[in-house]
Amino acid sequence: MANRTAGRGIAVKVEAFELRKAFGRTVALDGVSLSVASGEFVALLGPSGSGKTSLLRVLAGLEFVDSGRIEIGGRSMDGVPARERSLGFVFQNYALFRHMTVARNVAFGLEVQPRRRRPPPRDIRARVRSLLDLMGIGDLAGRYPEQISGGQRQRVALARALAIQPGLLLLDEPFGALDAKVRKNLRIWLRDLHDRMGLTTIFVTHDQAEAMEMADRVAVLRAGRIEQVDSPDRLYASPANAFVHEFLGEAIRLECSVTQGRAHFDALSLTDIKTTCPAGPAIALIRPYEIGLLPGPGPVQVLSVHANGPLRRVRLALAGQALEVLLPEDSWSPTVGQSCALDLSRASIYSLASADTPRSPQALSKTATR
Amino acid sequence: MTPVSGIAGAPLAPTTERPAIQAGLIVLTILLLVVLLLLPLVVVFVEAFAHGLGAVVGALVEPEAIAAIELTLVVAAVSVPLNTVCGLAAAWCIGRFRFPGRRLLITLIELPFSVSPVISGLVWVLLFGANGWLGPMLDRAGVRIIFALPGLILATVFVTFPFVARTLIPLMQEQGAAEEEAAITLGATGWQIFRRVTLPNIRWGLLYGVLLCNARAMGEFGAVAVVSGHVRGQTMTMPLQIEALFNDYDWVGAFTIAGLLSLLALVTLAVKATLEWRIGRRGGALL
Repeated sequence: MANRTAGRGIAVKVEAFELRKAFGRTVALDGVSLSVASGEFVALLGPSGSGKTSLLRVLAGLEFVDSGRIEIGGRSMDGVPARERSLGFVFQNYALFRHMTVARNVAFGLEVQPRRRRPPPRDIRARVRSLLDLMGIGDLAGRYPEQISGGQRQRVALARALAIQPGLLLLDEPFGALDAKVRKNLRIWLRDLHDRMGLTTIFVTHDQAEAMEMADRVAVLRAGRIEQVDSPDRLYASPANAFVHEFLGEAIRLECSVTQGRAHFDALSLTDIKTTCPAGPAIALIRPYEIGLLPGPGPVQVLSVHANGPLRRVRLALAGQALEVLLPEDSWSPTVGQSCALDLSRASIYSLASADTPRSPQALSKTATR
Repeated sequence: MTPVSGIAGAPLAPTTERPAIQAGLIVLTILLLVVLLLLPLVVVFVEAFAHGLGAVVGALVEPEAIAAIELTLVVAAVSVPLNTVCGLAAAWCIGRFRFPGRRLLITLIELPFSVSPVISGLVWVLLFGANGWLGPMLDRAGVRIIFALPGLILATVFVTFPFVARTLIPLMQEQGAAEEEAAITLGATGWQIFRRVTLPNIRWGLLYGVLLCNARAMGEFGAVAVVSGHVRGQTMTMPLQIEALFNDYDWVGAFTIAGLLSLLALVTLAVKATLEWRIGRRGGALL
């Protein structure tokens, strides 16, 4: 391919050890350690204020940690200013230079290099052209940022970041400002670009679907700490704690208490579940499709049944609260008004002591559906 | 007043006044503009040329007039660049960073706008004058500030300080630091960022502020009058010279220099209008 060399860097390894950073009294990073292999695509996922953007900015050298150590490509970043880290950074709102054309924007990183390292103008022009072609925006070279669409700006920002041939690409909510359809296309395109260019990519998002779809591994952050780093499959299948469980997709939350290795749902008159959780107050989290429905008298009342493709969406009333479960087509089908029992054997039990901040008194709320 | 009905298909007028009132208001506005703005300007030039072109040229080559023009240019040439650099630095600090005392700094920058120019001049007399706090010390060192060029420059700098900073602060706040951060990650040095990113983004606003600053620096009377000492041919700037000539009943002389100052103001206005038009067209906010 003609564009193979357009902005190709050598992927680097990134290591962060026990990073701490506070802005005044707000703790942004509370002992974050993360290791990203070269060529890996890692998502930093978390709610706003979880420290994910701070982590990215610290890696880029735009902020400085209070303590901790960063190594990029095996080299300590202590005292290395941002402009010498030669990494690509794509900002949330792209931060394109508004008074420069698209081509000048992309050329910037090459033009500011010290004379001895700066490629001759002809080479710069050639590299800009091949990068713009690679991004599929070759015809926009002469336009100004305000004259192009959001999706196009995003591509210009990427081309600009890649022009200096970074080994590490950092993206801060790269799709935040785009509409849903453009987003979806760009996700696939960006992942493909990463693979073709052989980069190490770290990107920040608050959209769990985005993280799960694109990344090799996802780091889930909360309140300045990494709760779990794992492949999307493993994160989904075995979340480390209640926060991760709830953040990665819909979950139904039921209060319970654990004694002698069993979780009891006292108020809800449901069957006990075996657990290895320590004794004390706990919560059970279960995804809507993990709940089984058993015929015959029980604590729940069927409110409605809707066919929904291969699944049936059943609304239930449990102790005055409504909850929704998804049943496979071939399972037993309840009828409206019927009373039945719940099979919660696939629920995960988390001790409240280790769980997280107290939630609203509404125990049966659906959560983490961002 | 009855509202105009839109039923008949006639476009609904934005105002509902009767045509006579509309016309009356327009005439009144034009009349006020003519009497208050245009007429005085015309008078300046008419009076200057009352005794012909020869008299104007004569008044301009008068050594005292030349000295006044020179002094005014020197004062502006020192204070405008000084305020440009300081204003730029202040706007950058305030526009880009959050720090304790930021609001106070903004207030301080605006102080010269709210203080009477006479007081702006008087503070320097109180500080550096013969009976001022530092006066005797300076006297012994042989440094002369009041009734000399340094005093004139100090007073002008004080009065014109806010123009550049005030123009740039909102502009830089609105633009944010993102582009500069992007430039850092791309490997640019501080100077490269300033020259290639910051300055081009604020250039029209900056030029606008510098123009206003210059117009005021050349036209300032009150603050300069206090520190000048009115030594003819030595510490008289153009506005002071105009007043002195006027008091001497030298109408042609006074109005010739006044005409020169007015021309400067007109050029400034024209450039400013062009800038505003350009900035407006580019969609950038000015103030």
